[in-house]
Amino acid sequence: MELFLNVLIGGLLIGGVYSLISMGLTLQYGVAKVFNIAHGEFMMVGAFLTFWLRENGIDPLLTIVITAPVLFIVGFILYRTVFTTLRVKSPNPGVFESNGMLAAFGLYFVVQNIAVLIWHSTPRSYSYLGGVVNIGGALFIENRIVAAIFAVVIGIVFYLFLAGTRTGKAIRAAAQDPATAGLMGVNINFVLALCFAFGAAMAGMAGTLISICYPIYTTMGLGYTVIATVVITLGGLGSIPGSFIGGFLLGIIGTGVAYWQPGLSTASYYVIFIILLLIRPKGLMGT
Amino acid sequence: MDLSKINRKNLGVNIGIPLALLIIVGLLPLYGWDYGVTLFSNFLLYIILTVSWVIFSGVTGYISLATAAFYGLGIYAAAIYFPLNGHALPLIVIILIAAAVSFVVAFIVGAITLRLRGIYFAMFTFGLVLLVKEVIYYWEIVIQGTRGRMVALESNNAVFYYLLGICVIAMLVSYFIRRSKYGLALQSIGENEEAAAHIGVNVTMTKIVTFAISTAFMGAAGVIMATKNTYVDPGTAFDPMISFSPALMAIFGGTGNVWGPAIGAVFFSYVQELLQTGSLKDYYKLIFGAMLIGTILYLPTGLTGLIQKLWKRFKGEKSAPIRG
Repeated sequence: MELFLNVLIGGLLIGGVYSLISMGLTLQYGVAKVFNIAHGEFMMVGAFLTFWLRENGIDPLLTIVITAPVLFIVGFILYRTVFTTLRVKSPNPGVFESNGMLAAFGLYFVVQNIAVLIWHSTPRSYSYLGGVVNIGGALFIENRIVAAIFAVVIGIVFYLFLAGTRTGKAIRAAAQDPATAGLMGVNINFVLALCFAFGAAMAGMAGTLISICYPIYTTMGLGYTVIATVVITLGGLGSIPGSFIGGFLLGIIGTGVAYWQPGLSTASYYVIFIILLLIRPKGLMGT
Repeated sequence: MDLSKINRKNLGVNIGIPLALLIIVGLLPLYGWDYGVTLFSNFLLYIILTVSWVIFSGVTGYISLATAAFYGLGIYAAAIYFPLNGHALPLIVIILIAAAVSFVVAFIVGAITLRLRGIYFAMFTFGLVLLVKEVIYYWEIVIQGTRGRMVALESNNAVFYYLLGICVIAMLVSYFIRRSKYGLALQSIGENEEAAAHIGVNVTMTKIVTFAISTAFMGAAGVIMATKNTYVDPGTAFDPMISFSPALMAIFGGTGNVWGPAIGAVFFSYVQELLQTGSLKDYYKLIFGAMLIGTILYLPTGLTGLIQKLWKRFKGEKSAPIRG
């Protein structure tokens, strides 16, 4: 029973952060059509920004209001320069998808190299909210709980933004059919760049949340990109609720496998990925 | 310039130049220039990886990021069958084993992912490298309790000739696939998959088999490189850079003909050599990434595509249709 609670709650806690990262990727891939392999790198940059700001005396949780806008701007500029050019030049959406992905690879190398030059490759960590909470006999560290709550709140706020505002409506229209949305008066280049930027901002916030729980290092991004990839396939490409559910599911499964055999959690994600592609490639909430 | 069609007039050029190149390169170990042999071995390795990558990904547009997985499988085949004390099997047999294993694994991966849209294939192959790496780490550390293996050393010249042999076969296979009816089917898949299916191409099977063929060369190359480097562990065998390099080299060189990928491979492996040994070592990935972005943005048909275009303009013809 205690093990079950440990796995379930532990999985839900890490799942919150997975959801946030995946939500970012689903925006970038589902709407802006860039399968952004550098997504995890944005997260890593967010984590290191938090680390750096904390050393300068700012509370780690407060740094969210800095990391999010910084990465938002970076993402926006990147989309408007690199990816918009690519989109315009590509003869069809399929070519844009593959070229966009390769350009994202280039980005991955550039960002990671710069990060290694600035922060080197030694792991960093700091302690924050290290108290222990007892839930039904299972013990959890406070900072994980805070991180999960933050992730869920950010997710809900963004969902309300999509559902309730005019810009959110434009984003949903662009997700369904960019060309038609463009004809209906949506400024499509702006909206797609906005989605990419929101995705980057979410990665940045996830980075902040991860840095308060776990040690951070400059090469950690790729692993999280893989997790986000499996999550968005699980939830359905482009579906915000889907990536939320998928994130929690994967969190629980990953934690369960890690209890049993720590070396095999990535392998378990892959098993899920394979089963999904065989049975239901459009994911849980996909259309 | 277009090597996809042979006519009698150009026979001398089409057979003569490659043959002359082959002879010049093949005699390299006789000059006693050791650094040259190592350098050209590296060129040959990347030509093999890039040319075999293009056989499938360049033509169909399905981006495979699993080169390192098959290359690493080859390395591990060498680690198992060609250990330091006592060769279990002759090298040529191991190469065939590695090629066969790569073929089978790629066939399974293709069967799972190639029925779906290209992006799933890319995602899957992207993670395949990390998956295999993790499983082998797990196997070595948890089950065997060791990490890394040693492989018997082959002489530089032997490595060079093995690579040259694989390279020639890969180029020939690539060339004949391109020229055959089968290659035409592949090209039609690349241009419009639905239309290809409608004119009677067995789309899924064509894709799966081609992907499997292309990976056999990657596995074979891995075996040889393992005997050169002698120490093997999952981190070096499944290096993601091995997956990205062929994609960049192919796009930079141009995937429109047989020579483009080879030119891109030689160019970039030389750049890599220069950067990794020079004072810019720490900036290597940065430059690599920037070049990748720049190539995709400004050289969509690659170097050979650009030359072809300029050549045609110079001769006063209309510019060539640009394939995506």
